Amino acid sequence: MSDYEIMASPIPPQIPLVEYLALEPEPHLVAHECTACGARFFDRRNACAACFAAEFRDVDVATTGELRSFTIVSFAAPGVPVPFVAALVDCDGTSVRGNLVNTEPDPDHVTLGMKVKLATFPIGTDSAGTEAIGYGFEPAA
Amino acid sequence: MASDDIWILGITMTKFGKHPEKDTVDLAAEAAMGALADADVNMGDMGVLAAGNLMSAAAGIGQQLQKQIGQTGIPVYNVANACATGATALRTAIMAVKAGECDMGLAVGVEKLAGAGLLAGGSKKDDADTWSPRGRFGAVAPLDGRVGTDTMPGVFAQIGMEYGHRYGGATFDLFARISEKNHAHSTLNPLAAYTKKMSVDEIMGDLMIAYPNTRPMCSANCDGAAAAVVVSGERLATLSGEQRRRAVKVSASVLTTDPWQESCQVLPDVNTLTRNAARQAYEQAGVGPEDLDLVELHDCFATAELVHYDNLMLCPEGGAVDFFESGATWRDGSTPVNVSGGLESKGHPIAATGIANIWEICHHLRGEAGDRQIEGAKVGLAHVIGLGSACGVHILEKAA
Repeated sequence: MSDYEIMASPIPPQIPLVEYLALEPEPHLVAHECTACGARFFDRRNACAACFAAEFRDVDVATTGELRSFTIVSFAAPGVPVPFVAALVDCDGTSVRGNLVNTEPDPDHVTLGMKVKLATFPIGTDSAGTEAIGYGFEPAA
Repeated sequence: MASDDIWILGITMTKFGKHPEKDTVDLAAEAAMGALADADVNMGDMGVLAAGNLMSAAAGIGQQLQKQIGQTGIPVYNVANACATGATALRTAIMAVKAGECDMGLAVGVEKLAGAGLLAGGSKKDDADTWSPRGRFGAVAPLDGRVGTDTMPGVFAQIGMEYGHRYGGATFDLFARISEKNHAHSTLNPLAAYTKKMSVDEIMGDLMIAYPNTRPMCSANCDGAAAAVVVSGERLATLSGEQRRRAVKVSASVLTTDPWQESCQVLPDVNTLTRNAARQAYEQAGVGPEDLDLVELHDCFATAELVHYDNLMLCPEGGAVDFFESGATWRDGSTPVNVSGGLESKGHPIAATGIANIWEICHHLRGEAGDRQIEGAKVGLAHVIGLGSACGVHILEKAA
């Protein structure tokens, strides 16, 4: 990489870990919402699993929520770092799956019903210099 | 016995545990021949064969089994339905008899799982050299561990914790005591994979897998098979007095899948489909939860057993913790649950489980359960759930 390129792009290009994570203008999750019944999906569907209608629109998911369930995974497949907190977060009526981050992964620091907010972080940089950005939830102060 | 009733004529399970010297066909054959002998019939009487072996679902276990014990040309249905595979096989045979295609059928479930570790999670592929979105979420890297967990202990831990969030009282200690019960029950079951009593301290102090599930709170991977012969009421009426006396009535046979719920895309909902199956089963059988003398439910994890007390309506909605605390589900309680030791101690050879739990119920209804007999048992319920999801519920009644 030449000096010119470094100066022109001081921030490495980024790519979200999943397509439903939008990084701009501020990081947030985007769901496909059924225009008929309002059911939300993070992956693509041919028809709504709830009402069978076939039209969807993209909607932003709230970036704050409440911890509705969790587990602290201590034993996982090879290559998956443990321990980590896997969580189910209720983001203003939309259930979201994600890890609880920026807190100790033990039952004394994780409590059901705790308020959390979306957090993003780099998970690595590929050979082309692109940084992948993951998401999780952290305690909302 | 009404002519359109369905009955279990013969049923058996192999010892659950490690069978290094036997392959799936050997185990399936052992169970099938055992069920035929128990029914006092042979392969020539069978009009249908339904067979399940989840981990090698493409191998055609039914036809392999025929070659081992009798090739009669009857239709074979090889079924795979996650942990509900055994119940699905049984229900397939029941449906064939109920449809009038034949008057006797055989259902078999078999699995070789001893030594298997986590059955889901992780990725065989390394992270790519350059990020490129793949799969239904357009993910640039494996998601297990980065966005929640795909492991079964972790998924079911969250299912139990969610119940706790909704109703309270679901502590680590409570889940450990549910596991203590099942391990204690298994000491009376010679066919269980593990028959060791464990204290709450031992259970809580064991290897943590996914909080609050420690290793003894997880279903035990093991080898095993189970098989059942089903018969129509009309044909049963022509059989011997001894066959009629030992026959067990299938008062309800139900299979459901998970209807859409708001959070089911991020955490499988094992509750609604179980509740739906239970409701249908009670209606079909004309019995209520209060009539059950024993229940074998799908305690794939201690956290799962708790929610199914509620889902099967053994307790008022939201009352599972109090129900367990009352002692109701111990073998001397008002609704004994998993007197076999359950999946946590008897073991969980996946496709065998949904027939083995029916064997357990039949064993008690026939008064043949020996040291662990629930005295005077007349009605029992067997429940399995396969993630994805499928739920099988059968209600069985002693011959009048």
